[in-house]
Amino acid sequence: MNNQPVRHLIEPEDFSIEEIDELVELGKKMYASPQEYAEVCKGKILATLFYEPSTRTKFSFEAAMLRLGGSILGFSDANTSSAAKGESIADTIRVMSAYADIAVMRHPKEGAPKLASHYSEIPIINGGDGGHQHPTQTLTDLLTISIYKGTLENLTVAFCGDLKFGRTVHSLIRTLARYRIKKFILISPEELTLPQSLKRQLLDTYSVELQEVRTIEEVIQDIDVLYMTRIQKERFFNEADYARLKDSYILNPEKIKQAKKDMIIMHPLPRVNEISYEMDQDKRAVYFEQAKLGVYIRMALITNLLGVKC
Amino acid sequence: MLEVASIKKGIVLDHITSGNGLKIFNKLMLDKVDYPVVLLMNVTSQEMGRKDIIKIENRIDIDLDFLGLIDHNITVNVIEDNKIVDKKKVRIPTRIKGLFSCHNPRCITNFDDYVEPDFHLISAENLEYKCGYCEEITKYKL
Repeated sequence: MNNQPVRHLIEPEDFSIEEIDELVELGKKMYASPQEYAEVCKGKILATLFYEPSTRTKFSFEAAMLRLGGSILGFSDANTSSAAKGESIADTIRVMSAYADIAVMRHPKEGAPKLASHYSEIPIINGGDGGHQHPTQTLTDLLTISIYKGTLENLTVAFCGDLKFGRTVHSLIRTLARYRIKKFILISPEELTLPQSLKRQLLDTYSVELQEVRTIEEVIQDIDVLYMTRIQKERFFNEADYARLKDSYILNPEKIKQAKKDMIIMHPLPRVNEISYEMDQDKRAVYFEQAKLGVYIRMALITNLLGVKC
Repeated sequence: MLEVASIKKGIVLDHITSGNGLKIFNKLMLDKVDYPVVLLMNVTSQEMGRKDIIKIENRIDIDLDFLGLIDHNITVNVIEDNKIVDKKKVRIPTRIKGLFSCHNPRCITNFDDYVEPDFHLISAENLEYKCGYCEEITKYKL
């Protein structure tokens, strides 16, 4: 056993901007020639600890590990794990540390992956914790922006939809603030604005320019990257609030008439109805490519955390 | 002037903001102890105008972080052989473990018994603490 401290990815700040740039570059190489990395994780096991449902994140992690030549084990429902018997996260992760080389955890409670990292002997990746953080989606988003815009600096990035509970937004906006992002535009209903604590952090720590608006149309011409999000049913305490707000922010060709020709439209998926199907034909819609890129950036992350030379 | 016998050995919590004495008395669960305790309220003070004082006989250990959190004006006088042998000024703690819970209903610290809430001070003026797990801000109120 080596004495190197175990490295985790719990929140985007766990990696410096330089390290994120390296991951993005490695992700690009893996995307260009995946066959070169087909066996670099042979003999390694990834544990997928999913305490709540997930399609994209779970499968993209599994695809990433399999494409690196590694193996996977895990659960995708807390009811089929010892958590259903009341086992603490600390105990689960101590045991999993003996079975796998690296683990990804998704949990409905905020801070759960961080708790796991305190007791783990293997790298823990936060695969999404409640409405808090989703750092690997952030890496996916950064790779996508880097490929389509050629830079992560001096862009005007707009976030639209559920900015209160949208963990993908929270992780990405914090990370983009560390780059020299020109301006953020926050488009949401009043009930779903960015949490005050995060807004304060962005203003105090990073001195970014924040513009808050209620409609897409009033700012569409200024946007370089439009990041759409789903208004998530599971984040609401009651059905009535969800029903009232779910259709508030739907993107369609009419709404982007005044948009820049090179604007890109991103979405962490799954989409419900916040982007009309007609938009899929628009060259600026990059969300399916974004989902595809998620596998390659996760491959880069797994090799990095395992200390595999690429 | 009200007179209360001095204590031989123990601690005196002085300079308690007037009105906080009873709350601190209750928080420290001094109504449950079997040693002598005195709570003085609205005592005249040159510095503060009015203040509260708590005298605790025979006990000298006290959580200064806890006191700093509930009232950072407090001075703790340690008494031995009828003399003040140590005077401690409490401070607002910059890190707190387990003394209160995170106000975020979705925070793991409110569900997993294994974990103790862990907070970092972000605003001394407003007593605002950031949760080390979910990062939500909780404002402490006595």
